[in-house]
Amino acid sequence: MTVARHTWFMTVRQARNLMREPIWIVLLLVQPMVWLVLYGQLFRNVTRLGGFGTGSYITFLAPAIVVMNAFFGATWSGMAMINDLDHKVVERFLATPASRISIVLSQIVRSAFTAAIQAVVILLVSLALGVRVHTGALGWLVIIVAGILVNSAFAGISQAIALLTRREATMIAVANFIGLPLLFLSTTMIARPQMPGWMQTAARFNPVDWGVRAAREVVLPGTDWGSVAGHLGLLLALSALTAAWATRTFRAYQRSL
Amino acid sequence: MIVVEDLRKRYDGVQALDGVSFEVREGEVFGLLGPNGAGKSTTVRVLVTLTYADEGSASVAGHDVRREQNAVRRTIGYVPQDSGVDQFGTGRENLTLQGRVQGMHGRDLRTRADELLELVGISDAADRIVKNYSGGMRRRLDIALGLMHRPRVLFLDEPTTGLDPEARVAMWDEVSRLARAESLTILLTTHYLEEADQLTDRLAIVSRGKVVVEGTSADLKAGLRGDAVQVELESGAVEDAQRVLAGVGATPEQVLDDRIVVSRVENGGRALPGIISALEGAGIDVASVSVSRPSLDDVYLHFTGRDFGTEDRAA
Repeated sequence: MTVARHTWFMTVRQARNLMREPIWIVLLLVQPMVWLVLYGQLFRNVTRLGGFGTGSYITFLAPAIVVMNAFFGATWSGMAMINDLDHKVVERFLATPASRISIVLSQIVRSAFTAAIQAVVILLVSLALGVRVHTGALGWLVIIVAGILVNSAFAGISQAIALLTRREATMIAVANFIGLPLLFLSTTMIARPQMPGWMQTAARFNPVDWGVRAAREVVLPGTDWGSVAGHLGLLLALSALTAAWATRTFRAYQRSL
Repeated sequence: MIVVEDLRKRYDGVQALDGVSFEVREGEVFGLLGPNGAGKSTTVRVLVTLTYADEGSASVAGHDVRREQNAVRRTIGYVPQDSGVDQFGTGRENLTLQGRVQGMHGRDLRTRADELLELVGISDAADRIVKNYSGGMRRRLDIALGLMHRPRVLFLDEPTTGLDPEARVAMWDEVSRLARAESLTILLTTHYLEEADQLTDRLAIVSRGKVVVEGTSADLKAGLRGDAVQVELESGAVEDAQRVLAGVGATPEQVLDDRIVVSRVENGGRALPGIISALEGAGIDVASVSVSRPSLDDVYLHFTGRDFGTEDRAA
């Protein structure tokens, strides 16, 4: 109960601070559209190769862009923690009865909340570009949830790395190191049958791909709800695991004081 | 109100605390005075539950700092050396969140925030982003944050470091006023002798992880038994001068710059004529003579055998 309340107060603080940065808001809204329009145009003819389940590449791409965007956002989420550590904001909370877990959880919740807003923006732009979600409103919800879960799973990792390294330069290196490889080892931009065999196998263990599969499944006809639930379940379990890891690294940080 | 017994802590092979003990009574302003690196901040960090001591025990308002952490955290306000305010929030938002994690809500939360903004004199800037505050305003907000939940004990770690001399004096007035207005027990750390002298009811001098002496500023100075007489010599006849001084009851203590002999006498004013005539009689040329009441500098030197300023800069 205290954990939930404190997490909420701290999430509000972070969200409010972000809202005060006009440039940040613009980038937050424009960035996903850039992905959608650029990739949508660049690979428009790729559906001719077959195996995409639709002739419209933008329809194939839109749900995956939601997930990709959520993933990229998550890899950077530890930067805010490093900023709070550097400015001793965390220490000030530690000298109060503030819930320790909330300090970490609020960072993850704020990150996931941002991903959810971006998901809605992407879906609205997609709608304008002619993308129709086959399963309707429930499908929209699934896509947003997929974005939230992919984000929280990786935000947990990002927070843990932030707490372990406590250095921005290291964070940037890690984010770059995992960002593009995990993107290309997934079906974000290309249909599974068009990937080399080893990559298809690797993608199966990639949480980004779990999100893409769940989100895409509800957009295209012939939705396999079992697959949707399975992949979302995996992501939920992973989120719990990485959040637990982040909390553990936070305890290690406290001991180092 | 605060009881500290034999705290010991090692950090990366350095003995930061080497058996720190002292007691702070309810309602007093108590100072931990010492040069940088003496162990003052570490002591405070143990007391506010941010870190643990390897050995020893401590309690605040009867709550053990190790076993009853949350009880301690509710009782105390902590104003760290490095601010810890959220720079991207407003002053009021910072206070509100601080109150919330301390369990305050509703009208009490709002009125207390207003009251404190008024009390520390930043009401006009309450809804401005902290990033745009001056150093003095930010320090005032730090103190307001520490007081938000009406703590009984306030810890101030180097409250005036980084402030200009004028702001420093203003801050002393502020702290004394707050101590009365909020009936607080205050523990502050400082490496300014003047600050300890002006602000504290009692103080402990800390050096190399230990308390070397504890008492009121006046008692400590009186304990030195006498005034310092500084004789500046024209020539370098230091040893001759020391012999003459000892002969008239002035105990030589140290030599500065190879030509100033510092000695201690019971009553400087009364002893001075005798000292001067004795030196003249021995044919020693004197450039100047001065008498000073004992200062905390002298107290530090007396108890540690080291010069405060030199030690502070070396750290």
